[in-house]
Order: sequence, then C-alpha cells, then structure tokens
Amino acid sequence: MLAIKNLHANVEGKEILKGINLLINAGEVHAIMGPNGSGKSTLANVLAGNSSYEVTEGEVYFDGKNILEMNPETRAREGIFLAFQYPIEIAGISNATFLKTALNEIKRYKGEPELTPKEFLDRMKAKAQILGLDETLISRYVNVGFSGGEKKRNEIFQMLMLEPKFVLLDETDSGLDIDALKIVSSGVNIYRNKDNAVLVVTHYQRLLNYIQPDFVHVLFNGKIIKTGGKELALELEDKGYDWVKDEALETQNV
Amino acid sequence: MNEIKDNAAEELSENMKILDDVTTTEYKWGFVTDIDSETVKKGLNEEVIRFISKKKNEPDWMTEWRLKAFRYWQKMEEPKWPNVKYPQIDFQDISYFSAPKQKPKLESLDEVDPELLKTFEKLGIPLDEQKILSGVAVDAVFDSVSVATTFKETLKEKGIIFCPISEAIKDHPELIKKYLGSVVPYTDNFYATLNSAVFTDGSFVFIPKGVRCPMELSTYFRINSQETGQFERTLIVAEEGAYVSYLEGCTAPIRDNNQLHAAVVELVALDDAEIKYSTVQNWYPGDKEGKGGIYNFVTKRGACRGKNSKISWTQVETGSAITWKYPGCILQGDNSVGEFYSVAVTNNMQQADTGTKMIHIGKNTRSTVVSKGISAGKSNNSYRGLIRIGKNAEDARNFTQCDSMLMGDKCGANTFPYIEVENPTAKVEHEATTSKVGEDQIFYLNQRGISTEDAVNMIVNGFCKEVFNELPMEFAVEAQKLLAISLEGSVG
Ligand SMILES: Nc1ncnc2c1ncn2[C@@H]1O[C@H](COP(=O)(O)OP(=O)(O)OP(=O)(O)O)[C@@H](O)[C@H]1O
Ligand SMILES: [Mg+2]
Repeated sequence: MLAIKNLHANVEGKEILKGINLLINAGEVHAIMGPNGSGKSTLANVLAGNSSYEVTEGEVYFDGKNILEMNPETRAREGIFLAFQYPIEIAGISNATFLKTALNEIKRYKGEPELTPKEFLDRMKAKAQILGLDETLISRYVNVGFSGGEKKRNEIFQMLMLEPKFVLLDETDSGLDIDALKIVSSGVNIYRNKDNAVLVVTHYQRLLNYIQPDFVHVLFNGKIIKTGGKELALELEDKGYDWVKDEALETQNV
Repeated sequence: MNEIKDNAAEELSENMKILDDVTTTEYKWGFVTDIDSETVKKGLNEEVIRFISKKKNEPDWMTEWRLKAFRYWQKMEEPKWPNVKYPQIDFQDISYFSAPKQKPKLESLDEVDPELLKTFEKLGIPLDEQKILSGVAVDAVFDSVSVATTFKETLKEKGIIFCPISEAIKDHPELIKKYLGSVVPYTDNFYATLNSAVFTDGSFVFIPKGVRCPMELSTYFRINSQETGQFERTLIVAEEGAYVSYLEGCTAPIRDNNQLHAAVVELVALDDAEIKYSTVQNWYPGDKEGKGGIYNFVTKRGACRGKNSKISWTQVETGSAITWKYPGCILQGDNSVGEFYSVAVTNNMQQADTGTKMIHIGKNTRSTVVSKGISAGKSNNSYRGLIRIGKNAEDARNFTQCDSMLMGDKCGANTFPYIEVENPTAKVEHEATTSKVGEDQIFYLNQRGISTEDAVNMIVNGFCKEVFNELPMEFAVEAQKLLAISLEGSVG
C-alpha cells in the first residue's frame, strides 16, 4: 500500500530525514517509536504533503502512485489521513461544516455521490457515539476551546467520518487519560480492516497493548535503525533507546 | 439536541452552496444597461441645484434647504485626514442628475422599462411577484430615481411609510421637515453637505408608534450612468416602541473612470424603538491596477433619541476603490444601545478607512463594536473608531473588538482608536488583534481534502462569523459569497 524508498527531507535547510525505507501492506499496523526530535512528526508531515518540509531525495508510492507529486488535498482525497500531534483550531467554523466539506470533497474526487444532510448527520451521530464524544462538540468550532484530550478524540472522530485508507497517528495517545486511551484505541480498532493500514507514532508501549502492531520501528536521527515485532516496544519501554543506538552504531547503521 | 442538529444541517447546506458558487473572480455585476436617460450637464452651481429640485417637483422649502447646503459647501474643504490616497476629485466634472426617461409615476411593474427590469433581474432583486411573496419589500434606486416600490399596500395598513424620499418630501412634508438633517445636519461634513445640496433620491421609512415592521425592508442601489455621482439620502424614523430591519445592497457596472458616491443615511429611534440597518456593499472596486472603481464617501448616523432605544449597524464592505465610512450612533436616551458590526475586505489596490463613532450622552448607555478587517493584495484597510463618553453618561459601557487579518505581505492594516471619556464611571474596553491566514490552518484543512482556495474561504468566513451572525439569513449567504469572490486567488 505504502512504499517509502530512501526518503530524505529538510526543514529550513536542515536535513531531518536521512534515508527512510519502509513498506506497509494493507491490513498492517506499524508503530514508530524514537526519541524526541528524531523525525517522527517530520515523516508524518512529509507523507501528508506539508509544504514546510522539503523532500530532497527518495520516493513514496501509495497504491502505486507517486504521491510526492501530489498536493496535500489530493493525497487526503486518495485516502491518506494524518491525526495531528497538535490539532489546529479554526474559529467560526463548526466541526460539522468542516467535516461535511471535507467528506464531500473526498466523495467528489472518488466520483461517489455526496451524502444528504440527513445521512451525514446520522453518520456523525453514530461515529461520535463510538468515541463517546459529546454531541455538542460537533456543532462547536473546530478544536476551539477543546481540551487536549478532546482534540485528540476529535482527530479520531474525523478519521472515522472520512474513512481513509491509510492513517498516520502522531502521538494520538499523548494527553489522553486511561479511559480515553481505551476508547480512542477501540475507535482505531473498529476502523482497522484488511484493506487499510495504520502507522502509529508513540512514545508509550501502553497504546500498543490496545492497538496491536505487526511491526515496531525505531527512528533515530532521521533513520530507521531497528525493526521488530510488538515485543520490541516492551523492550524499549524497559531499557530505553541507548542499546538500540549502540547496536546500530556497531552495524554502522547510523 | 435536535435543534442543534437541524441548525447544523442548515448551516452545512448553506456553506456548501456558497463554496460551490464561487466560480468567477471578475466583478459579476459589471454590465451597463442601455436605457434612454436624461442627464444634466456636468458641473455644480445654484442653477443645477434649482434644476434638480424642479425636476423633482419639490416645494420651495426643500429647494431653499438645498441651496443653503450648497452655499455652505462652497466654503468647505475636502477632508484630508482619512488614510486613503486618490487624485483630486473635480466636482465640476460630475453630472449631478440622471434619470431614466419615462413616465414620471409608475403604478405597477408592467410600466417599468423592460431593460430596467432585466437589470434588476441580473442583480437578483426580488421584484417580480413570486419573489415578492418571499417577503422582501424593495425600493429600487436606479441611478437617481426610484422606479418601483413593492409591498407598499401591506405596509400602509400598518401605517408604515416606505417610499422614495422624493415622494415623501411631497406627501409627508411635516415628517421630512421634522427629521431630515436632524441627525446629519447640512453643515456636518464636506460630503454630507454636498449630498444635502444635490441628493437625488433614496428611501424614506417611517414606523409609527408600537408597530413592528413585519418584513425586512430593502433598497438596492445601482450606479449605471457614466460619471454621474450617486447621492442618495435615506431617512428612517422609528417611533416609540417601533421596530424595523432595513437592508441596503449596492452594485455598480464596471467603468474605467472613478465614480463618486456620497450618500447620507439618518436613523432616528424614539423611546424603546429599535432599528437594524444592514449593508452589503460590493461596488466595483476597480481593476487589479487600481483603475476605475467607486469612491464611496458616506455619512451614516443613527440617533437613539429615546430611552431604551437601540440602533445596530451591520456592514459587509467588499467593494469600492475607496471607502470612507463611519456609521455611528448618538446614544442620547438613557439605557440606549448602539451596535456596530463590520466586515471590511480590501484586495488589490482597494483602500478602506472605515469604523464607527459611538457618542454616549445618556445614562447607562451601552455600545458594542466588532470590526473585522481583511486585507489582501496591495490593499490598505484602516479601522478608525471614536468612543466618546459625555460627562452625564453615568455608567456608560463600551466594548470594542477590532480584528485584522492579513493575506500575503503586501497589504496593510491599521487601527486608529480614539477614546474620549469625560465621566469616571464609564467602562471602555478595547481589544485588537492582527493575524495572518495561517499556513498551519490551511495545511490542516488541506489534509482533510479541502483545497487551499476553499480553506481560505472557510478561515475567512470563520473569522467574520460574529458579524455574519448579525445579518439576516439571505444577506449572510450573499455576504459569504461576496467575500469568496473578493478574495479569490489571493493566497496560494
Ligand atoms: N517547522 C520546523 N521548523 C524548524 N525545525 C523543525 C520544524 N519541524 C521540525 N523541526 C525540527 O526537526 C527535528 C525533528 O522534529 P520532529 O517533530 O519530526 O520530531 P519528533 O520525532 O516528532 O519529536 P517528538 O517526539 O518530540 O514529537 C527537530 O529537531 C525539530 O526541531
Ligand atoms: Mg512529534
């Protein structure tokens, strides 16, 4: 589904991603862990097409299409969804208006009929229920005055509404209380199926108890320096990152 | 809960329509109607004023009033303080009267020049019967003469007068004598004085004691003839306990030369009366290089004469090459309330110097000012607001919020707040913000499948929400469309 080959990217002239290789198939869940500043959010933003990040080398194919040539809205319409580490506030626009606009754009792109307002509202209600999202949040302005946890839940709510094919979760678990973590995880699990894929960025193994990954990657200094199964996350939690760095240094992988 | 959802649904479909509607960047209303019109020779002198007055069959007292204004005007100088730049206007190079040549008095729409009706249709003015049923009474000002007034009969039953001011001068001289110039005296300022001398038409609204006007009253202005200045005069009087909501919409055809527009609007609210005055102004702003466009120098003022009276100005200004406009309220009556909600958009070479004046005289008077300025291109957008609290205005309150949004880095926004407080019990609050349309906001919307163009529209509409909320529904939709058209292509 997603093939990243030798991806290099700069932010303000400084190289942050230094050759990422990653293959994600439909039905898989991948987790990326790594110390602060290692480039996890950068990777997520580059995949989503944020123009503040400049790709200097490499290729990214999504369902066989070279997405690096697409603008961010086209990537979104193709089915790439980024749950932001820091969701943005938009005053004066209700969540409902925002989602209706987004959903219709995506439907139009795919040549599918738009939802009627009734269908749309029913869908919003159903998805909000899954996440235990207070319905008043739907008519409130996008993320304005939302608590940190509500913002994160709102990201997952949007994901359920828009039904993307590939989801990037950038630290969606940070700032969530234990109950919210379970609810959000179950939202992701309800969404998961054999046709879509998830890339989870997290610092905490705990999330991976709920969203079970097929692969765990360690990102360090702009490169993936280790890949393992879900037990790797436990090991990292236990021992930190130093041993992985040392190991990588030995194999000249850094 | 159901209500929330229904509202949301309504809002959704509205917004979708708006976004879908955005297709053209050109000024949509830039057509000229070819009708036979009678235009007076360029220039201004007492003879011209007598001519205008005579053409309109005015009584002598009116002619005299105009002449007084003219004599006063000759001694005045054009104001230089606004933060706008334009070449010297040659007031002798303007024709001050233009009227479609036809029967002086029209009984029904059938008698109206079909070309005119076509123009109105293009403008989307609801003049035909079905549209009338939708509940808007329209007084259409085409260049300088009112050609059709609808719904008069229904209004008449309630004792409401809604007619061209020229008609009111003849039919209701006692009201005109009492109120015309009582809020904006003929000596008020350069443009208002000029207007007093040469005004050609406009609307008169009178809501008698205790009557709530059952429908929105609406006037559409359109400037058609080349190089005629448009000088409307509008007077709205709400007697004790009366209520009226009045809508003003404006368009003008594209011209290479700049056209002058200097209107005067006077509102009078007696005890417990309320007047809501909404404007959507989209006059031709000139082309990208700043050629052509309307010079809009307008004096709008409301007097809250009675206790507990209320006047609200809501304006959405997207057009005109230059806008110079400060709708204000004189809060004379105790507990009276003045409100000003404004969205001013400037793009390309447009210049706007606009804001409000709230003059607190009575006790416990309150005013609210919400101004949203959006600048794009190389335009310049200034907010100028005066809050004056007189020495007898015990416990007066003002809250001013003044937000500017910049699109790109070639435009400018300025805020000039003037606050004069003579009573120590007064509370005056002023908040101002300036923001740029954020890349991170645009990216967030892009990431959900929304194009940059639509993202900008959404962000801007969100920014203006508080003001749009004050507009009647159809007007709010219109305003959002205009905003989208005005700003198309300014980011990305
Ligand atoms: N817009 C930006 N401008 C300047 N530097 C940036 C920008 N975005 C990222 N960086 C830098 O790139 C590096 C990688 O940042 P990134 O956000 O990708 O890290 P991360 O792995 O997501 O960290 P965290 O775990 O703290 O979220 C950091 O040094 C950061 O300061
Ligand atoms: Mg990060």
